[in-house]
Amino acid sequence: MTHTSTTKRVAVGLLAAALPLTMAACGKGGSSSSDASGGGELTMWTHNAGNKAELGAITAIVNDYNASQSKYKVKIQAFPQDSYNQSVVAAAASKKLPCILDIDGPNVPNWAWAGYLAPLEGLDDTLSKYLPTVLGKYDNKTYSYGYYDVALVMVTRKTILDKYGIRIPTADQPWTKDEFDAALKKIKASGDFQNPLDIATSFTGEWWPYAYSPMLQSFGGDLIDRKEYKSAEGVLNGPQAVAWATWFRSLVTDGLVPLKSGADPAKDFINGKSAMLYNGTWTAVDTRKAFGKDTLFLPPPDLGNGPKIGGGSWQWGISQNCSDQAGALDYMKFAAQDKYVASVARDTNNIPATDAAAAQVKGYEEGGENRIFLDYAKKFAVLRPVTPGYPFIATEFTKTAQDILNGADPKQALDSAVKNIDANQKSNGYFQ
Amino acid sequence: MSTITAAESASAPAATARKRKPMKGSRSSTTTALLMLLPAAVLLITFLLIPIGLTFGLAFTNARLISPRPAEFVGVDNFTRLFDDETFWASLRNTIIFAVVIVPLQSACALGLALLVNVKMRGVNFFRTVYFLPVVTSMVVVSMLWLFLYQPNGLINQALARFGIQGPDWLGDPHTALLAIILMSAWQAMGFHMVIWLSGLQTIPGDLYEAADLDGADTWQKFRYVTWPGLRATRTFILITITISAFALFTQVNIMTQGGPLDSTSTLVLMAVRTGFQQQQTGYASAISLAFFVLVLAVTLVNRYFTRDKDVVR
Repeated sequence: MTHTSTTKRVAVGLLAAALPLTMAACGKGGSSSSDASGGGELTMWTHNAGNKAELGAITAIVNDYNASQSKYKVKIQAFPQDSYNQSVVAAAASKKLPCILDIDGPNVPNWAWAGYLAPLEGLDDTLSKYLPTVLGKYDNKTYSYGYYDVALVMVTRKTILDKYGIRIPTADQPWTKDEFDAALKKIKASGDFQNPLDIATSFTGEWWPYAYSPMLQSFGGDLIDRKEYKSAEGVLNGPQAVAWATWFRSLVTDGLVPLKSGADPAKDFINGKSAMLYNGTWTAVDTRKAFGKDTLFLPPPDLGNGPKIGGGSWQWGISQNCSDQAGALDYMKFAAQDKYVASVARDTNNIPATDAAAAQVKGYEEGGENRIFLDYAKKFAVLRPVTPGYPFIATEFTKTAQDILNGADPKQALDSAVKNIDANQKSNGYFQ
Repeated sequence: MSTITAAESASAPAATARKRKPMKGSRSSTTTALLMLLPAAVLLITFLLIPIGLTFGLAFTNARLISPRPAEFVGVDNFTRLFDDETFWASLRNTIIFAVVIVPLQSACALGLALLVNVKMRGVNFFRTVYFLPVVTSMVVVSMLWLFLYQPNGLINQALARFGIQGPDWLGDPHTALLAIILMSAWQAMGFHMVIWLSGLQTIPGDLYEAADLDGADTWQKFRYVTWPGLRATRTFILITITISAFALFTQVNIMTQGGPLDSTSTLVLMAVRTGFQQQQTGYASAISLAFFVLVLAVTLVNRYFTRDKDVVR
């Protein structure tokens, strides 16, 4: 008797608790069903909360889009970059991803494989004009495109190179490894600078694989064997990789590079602390402001297999669980116009992803002062390994490179990284 | 499961009690007790017991944070991999060193401060506030500040240079990084334990000191035979709280060194977070958490054994 009444009460209680939830769900369902009948609100997530220039450029595109038609309304939600990936993963786990979102390039295969992202269909013609490094591809499908790319450069001043009689390298004739080492040693010997070269080791996160794995690739090594994406054996711990690690460490032991850079390496360069700075093209604005025409943006040295720089920056895609794929695709098509590529690249001081846009951005036109960045991106850019295992590889490489710089045995450190990466690829069934 | 039982037994008699109002006796008070217990029980079960249960289960699978593949049972694979992992042993070693050093260091400094601010004089509240300030400051902020202090040309090394000492690169050198983290952590948290020592000091009756004065005891003897025994309960509490917070070391390390250089500041919690979130290996991270759980359990049992033992002796 008591039992039945108790059960009843519990049931009623549960119902009462569940009611608001279902109503909320209905509310959601309602809006999405109206989407299906055409129109509705599309949510957009971006990592740009702390980056006024980029958020402003994106907001302008969204405003244009919302004004251009009345069927859909895109709503922006900006997140700080540090917590962005975690927010997306959490939202994906509870099937609450927004329709449109931005993704850091190398993470695209991982999220596509996990089923977060939907392929971009019907955009092939437009996207064929984009730099290949700004497209997020996986399994022969395109999942994302970005408005810009960034190039890695050696920033220095003409007066410095002239003073020490160092040849000014070009994209066709970059420094060789010996030339580069000799130049740094010469600057070191003069004692004029605290650091002959600053490679910005104080940056954290994705910077390490982005900036230092191209050096490894220039030596002839790589993060993983790109033929099958199954194992890193022989490429990340082969003789070339060990040579890279030994050289990388020697930069520190020879006093050519500080073990730990200052909080703002660009400032140290501008203040004359370092003679040369290895950094992204985003430093171009500040360094030009300081040194004007004297500033040089040189290609990274050829360490054996030609100069290499990282490719791929933040990109846009649509989510699999978006209730209105057609609407999201419609926005993506609208936003892929050259004028928007131009405006975002201009406001963020990055390399425009299409030639037509480059012509519209000051400095990137044929013969412009920034045109070399586009050349570098076209000529030297290497994508980070296109495998869903990339996020793991990135953390493993970061830790290994840090250990090597701090004096770990190169072969041992690389072997243990290979062991961990291979174990991870295997435990995921090689992401097939 | 147990939530439902609790809810049933709580709600049913409560309703009956409302009808026959003046119901006396144990039944009604049990009901009230259960009702009072309910919110805490629900929270504890949802946020503590279920996650712990899940950790036990997941530790034996290859569950991933992001994956279209379902988790598979892999037996003790995660543990064989863990015990073969040098970073794990380094993290375990660092965690234990940290705890072993910081427990006496932090409690002694806190006691010293408490004795200093326990005197009756003007302005003592000012010092109490000053010593307590780091505690109310967020650990993230404190870590950022010390990050600057510890730089090779930071404030600390500049001060050392005044005395002709060439300071090390505190956080960049594997030999000094853990020490730097220990000093900074002790500085941040000692204010909290100072307040607890202080409350303990103020429970010691003044007439004990008067009696000691009459017996001709000097300051050290008063501390040794009056203050120290009087702080027995406080001591146990401080020992346990510092030990537990020492094992959970994470924030400082995450901000200041990320476990480097060469694993010299890596800790078990940091390793679990790194593996679980950045490397997306939920199963493996659960195995690390389980190992951590066993460690904390063992230390707590040892702690309990010692404190109980003394109860019996006295």
